[in-house]
Amino acid sequence: MLETTWFLLWGILWAVYFALDGYDLGLGMNMPFLAQGETDKRIIYNAAGPFWDGNQVWLVTAGGVTFAAFPATYAVLFSSLYTPLLLLLFALIFRGVSYEFRRKVDSDSWRKFWDGCNVLGSFLPALLFGVAFANIFMGIPLNAQQINEGNLLTLLNPYGLAGGVLFVVMFSMHGSLWLAVKSSGELEKRATNLARKMWGAVLTMVVLFLALSVLYTNLFDNYMNNPALFIVLVLPVTGLILTRKYLDNGEQWKAWASSAVGIIGVTLFGIIGLFPKLLPSTIDPAYSMTIANSASSTLTLQIMLGVALTFVPLVIAYQTWVHIRFGHKITQEDLEYEEAY
Amino acid sequence: MDVLLLSRLQFAMTTFVHFIFVPLTLGLSLLVAYMELKFVRSGDETYRRMAKFWGKLFLINFALGAVTGIALEFQFGTNWSRYSAYVGDIFGSLLAIEATLAFFLESTFLGVWIFGWNKLSPKMHNAAIWLVALAANLSAFWIIMANGWMQNPVGYVFGDGRAELGSFMSLISNEFAWHQFIHVLSASYVLSGFFVLGISAYHIAKGSNVDFFKKSFRIAAPFTLIFAIVVVVQGHSHGATVAKYQPEKLAAMESHWETRTQAPQYLLVIPDPSNQRNRLELFPIPGGLSMLAYHDFNAEVKGLNDFPREDHPPVMTTFLSFRTMVALGFLFPILAVWVWFKRKTPEDSPLLLRILPWIIPLPYIAVQLGWIVAEMGRQPWIVYGMMRTSEAVSPGITTAQVAGSLAGFMAIYGLLVALCVFLLSKYGRKGPAPAPAVQE
Repeated sequence: MLETTWFLLWGILWAVYFALDGYDLGLGMNMPFLAQGETDKRIIYNAAGPFWDGNQVWLVTAGGVTFAAFPATYAVLFSSLYTPLLLLLFALIFRGVSYEFRRKVDSDSWRKFWDGCNVLGSFLPALLFGVAFANIFMGIPLNAQQINEGNLLTLLNPYGLAGGVLFVVMFSMHGSLWLAVKSSGELEKRATNLARKMWGAVLTMVVLFLALSVLYTNLFDNYMNNPALFIVLVLPVTGLILTRKYLDNGEQWKAWASSAVGIIGVTLFGIIGLFPKLLPSTIDPAYSMTIANSASSTLTLQIMLGVALTFVPLVIAYQTWVHIRFGHKITQEDLEYEEAY
Repeated sequence: MDVLLLSRLQFAMTTFVHFIFVPLTLGLSLLVAYMELKFVRSGDETYRRMAKFWGKLFLINFALGAVTGIALEFQFGTNWSRYSAYVGDIFGSLLAIEATLAFFLESTFLGVWIFGWNKLSPKMHNAAIWLVALAANLSAFWIIMANGWMQNPVGYVFGDGRAELGSFMSLISNEFAWHQFIHVLSASYVLSGFFVLGISAYHIAKGSNVDFFKKSFRIAAPFTLIFAIVVVVQGHSHGATVAKYQPEKLAAMESHWETRTQAPQYLLVIPDPSNQRNRLELFPIPGGLSMLAYHDFNAEVKGLNDFPREDHPPVMTTFLSFRTMVALGFLFPILAVWVWFKRKTPEDSPLLLRILPWIIPLPYIAVQLGWIVAEMGRQPWIVYGMMRTSEAVSPGITTAQVAGSLAGFMAIYGLLVALCVFLLSKYGRKGPAPAPAVQE
């Protein structure tokens, strides 16, 4: 029971991470398509400004919780995905620093360099997270010693790539929606239009991904064995439908929130299908990493549960407050603000 | 070059670079929060400008500290998977608690502080930076509890082929870890203090924004003095905990080979590790080492030759790092006392003003050397007495993978350090934004 609780919490942490960092990664990768000039770029940077750092901590926590609650899986997962994870890390480093450094030197080539870092540092993580999670859903060739026999190319299979594209389009839509919340005028219009286009792409990719999941994964076994679980699919479906509805009504905040629900739903759909495995083996199901063979001791899980149940709601409360407090449209005055990006 | 060696190099390099940025954020966040508090209380615009100016230097460091920290978390899984699986129950939970309790708070409210100058009331805005400072230091607490456990594992039981948590209370009341925490924290405050003093001295000497920088100087002076004394006094008792829990490390720090009572402290030693002795030992203080290690001139101090050869830490590195750190550690209180006497009229002491900017790198060197003593001195163990570093490395990763990532880290971290130094000196030299014109 304790292990199952932690499995769910683990899934929720990743889902919330994608829903939050998803929009600022989306902002970064949309920049080349949406920004026409320096002011637009600065609006895009400042749309993420007060939030991106706090959002990224969800990744640190999701990683830390994998380490703490399922150490053996953390060990196998991270060493198996060595190269993609380090690429991801490098991308996130450049993205993080680009925010802080971009305005520190008044030179076009300096800004161009950091813009490049931000765009690439946003696109790559979106893609890599998608590829990684699709491969986790599908499983990797773990042998009896729980060592990955595959390599980087093994990860770039059709299903993995579909996962990558799915994440890219989901985050792109999510980022456009947040930009629509934070901007006005022409940029807001362009952001809304991109979100509409991306909505179609997300819908296509979700359908394709579900279809491929039938072919490539065992995710549906849990759902077939326990059809009540299909109710989880209500989340992404409702999220996606409401996103479109609010987008057409011009209710940007609600559209963005619905898209967040959609991302959480898509992630949880996969995570629940995975249960009780954390990382399946494609060589032999018996070699898989599961909650049974990788959970921490009861005492650790109990203490951490106490910490998580006390502090995660608190984190959600203060981060919600920050989003509301700083969720206004960016004005000229905001851009002239000394500390603005 | 094998996976083990490359992984060690990579971890060492990424840790050192991470710890270039972290100590300044620990102390400077407190100083900035205090400056802003003075603004809230007095309404004196200079203090607000101070919080902004020093805050900008803080932010450059914070961004780099945060992004380089994630690299460490990742590497436990990517490069040290055997370690992660073996001790994740304990070590992993401390990292997870750090993220949940501290890092969230720090990162979220830092965003609030940066963007909230015009959006929040002055008190609320000041509360944000106090939360950041508190969280930064709380973060350090959890991380050092984790590292302290690697130094002196406590509160665990063996079960299921790994170390499992036995008692959370013993984990967070680990004597060794608490000593380390206070030592690292006070050293970081000294570093932050000299950072502020050095930049302030530079501007006072130049005659630019003198009032502004004299006020900064005056705030940093007592802060630096207090912690420069703490770090030395407490460092001594930390040494005693090393003697108690890690006798091999102590012997390596002192290049002490033969077990003996009334062990002298030699002021000059040239180690000769390949022959397991010292080439030269001069100026002994009788019983000095016994006294320093065990508070007893007659105590027996075990020498390295009484430990199995395969358990010896690298003597030369540990010894030299320790000696240099201690020498620097004695220099700081002396300078800090001088600063203290001149805190009201630093402009009257051109010599002090000329010296201080050059002091800025020294505490950085001292804290890095301190970590070398702590981490190299713990070798060959990754968890002292429990797990060897060679047993901790990931199976199934290749030399090519690690060589590739190491090359990537070297290029990227090299760039980041260069940028950090460039930006800090650019903004440090530039001085604060001009005071706003008085409203009509």
